[in-house]
Amino acid sequence: MSLPRRFAAKIVGQAIALFARFITAVRADWRGIEPVNKQRVYFANHVSNADMPMIWSCMPPNIRRDVRPVAAADYWLKNKLRAFVGPEVFNCVLVDRRPEARDENHDPMQNILDALDDGSSLIIFPEGNRNMTEDPLLPFKSGLFNMGKARPDVDLVPTWIANVTAIMPKGEVIPLPLICTVTFGEPIHVEDGETKDAFLARASNALVDLAPSREDRL
Amino acid sequence: MTSTSSDILGLFFAVCGLMFTLTLFGEVLSARGGEDNPVVETFKTRLRSWWGMVILFTLALIAGKVGIIVLFAFASFAALREFLTLTNKRQADHLALALGFFVVLPLQYLFVGLDWQALYTVFIPVYAFLMLPVVSALRGNSDRFLIRVAETQWALMIAVFCMSHVPALLMIDVAGYPADRGVLLIAFLVMVVQFGDLLDFFFGRRIGKTRIIPNLSAKTWEGMACGVASAAIIGGLLAWMTPFGIGGAVAMAALASTAGMFGNLVFAAIKADRGVKDWSHLIPGQGGFTDQLDSVIFAAPIFYHVTHLIWG
Repeated sequence: MSLPRRFAAKIVGQAIALFARFITAVRADWRGIEPVNKQRVYFANHVSNADMPMIWSCMPPNIRRDVRPVAAADYWLKNKLRAFVGPEVFNCVLVDRRPEARDENHDPMQNILDALDDGSSLIIFPEGNRNMTEDPLLPFKSGLFNMGKARPDVDLVPTWIANVTAIMPKGEVIPLPLICTVTFGEPIHVEDGETKDAFLARASNALVDLAPSREDRL
Repeated sequence: MTSTSSDILGLFFAVCGLMFTLTLFGEVLSARGGEDNPVVETFKTRLRSWWGMVILFTLALIAGKVGIIVLFAFASFAALREFLTLTNKRQADHLALALGFFVVLPLQYLFVGLDWQALYTVFIPVYAFLMLPVVSALRGNSDRFLIRVAETQWALMIAVFCMSHVPALLMIDVAGYPADRGVLLIAFLVMVVQFGDLLDFFFGRRIGKTRIIPNLSAKTWEGMACGVASAAIIGGLLAWMTPFGIGGAVAMAALASTAGMFGNLVFAAIKADRGVKDWSHLIPGQGGFTDQLDSVIFAAPIFYHVTHLIWG
């Protein structure tokens, strides 16, 4: 990446973080971990395209520098602007979700593990897709289990992002300036001999436990 | 320099002196082993945010009418955001809520700025009250409809309508009271209410015994009585800022302080209902704007209308 481009990416990143703070006063609640730069996989619920920028914006700069969101290549490579914002501003790890791309010299999990081996932290959305249902979470895909098993030392941190649906529901144009809270829970790990289903259920519960109780009151 | 701006400057120095004394007092309390005492800590963090308020407020007073209106418009925005974050809503309300933030709020302050009294005293209680539910209803989701529209209206009434009555004091026309002294009337209201709260807190911790609403708020009848009495005395001392005369200033200060304290209890009930301790985190260590301004919000419309009724 050339120097001017890197500089532009930095400025755009700051602008996005500032905008998110102004509109939603996004706040991080470090309930289970300290806001220090340690290698982690932040796994979050996914209801809106604004989720990833929100989590990214509420992280302190020293964490943000080394964190890489895992995102869909088909979304972020759609046009030139996205190709700049996704890979360069957010420094995304792009994965191709299409099954047919999987065989030809592209293994999404390998990209993710490479990023972890470089020392980066990751933000992932283990539901795979945006949750449009009334349930708090969709069933998790196996990716979280696979990376927890392949790199057992890395902390897997449940990250609940609240209120984004109310701020910007699907199909609305104007964002509401409500307060968005991102809660970081206690890290979990894949235990010895734990099955995929058992681990994913445990991870899913750890994430739902962070949801403010007021949301399930209604 | 006009007499009003020299009065503002004098007031600023007097308040700074008082705040400085209180800050010293807090430091002395900490030094005398109160370091881990949560009451002393609360007192000190409150004082710190008050320093911020005093400085912002003075800047706005110096900037004059526009400065005051912009300052309170932003305070309204912050309070409305805190309030609507906690209310019931559906996607069907999205447009109505966006109108609340981006149309109703700026219009209300515009009407105050233009001194269209016939509009700013009814715009939210009549027009917004009737129109926003129409916008929600047209989207066709009737699930908890009454709760949704009622809570949205409450948010607008408190955070925008009531709050805008503070800068509306600029527009009050009292015979023999120069128009540019309206800023001092605002300073009077904010000061008597806030000092009343501070002294209520102080006396409540010292001699408070009977809680007004056990389990909900630490406020006590003893603390409240002392707080209101102190506010009345301060009001008497600050009578030169008002058109009320000494007796009138004492009565108005007591009225505003009482309204503010009961307002604080109403807000405590709302927070308990929604299961939160503070409205938000926007003022560090202090909770939200609404926590900081709840009593002024409640006192402002009453203060405004009684002033109108008796002296207007």
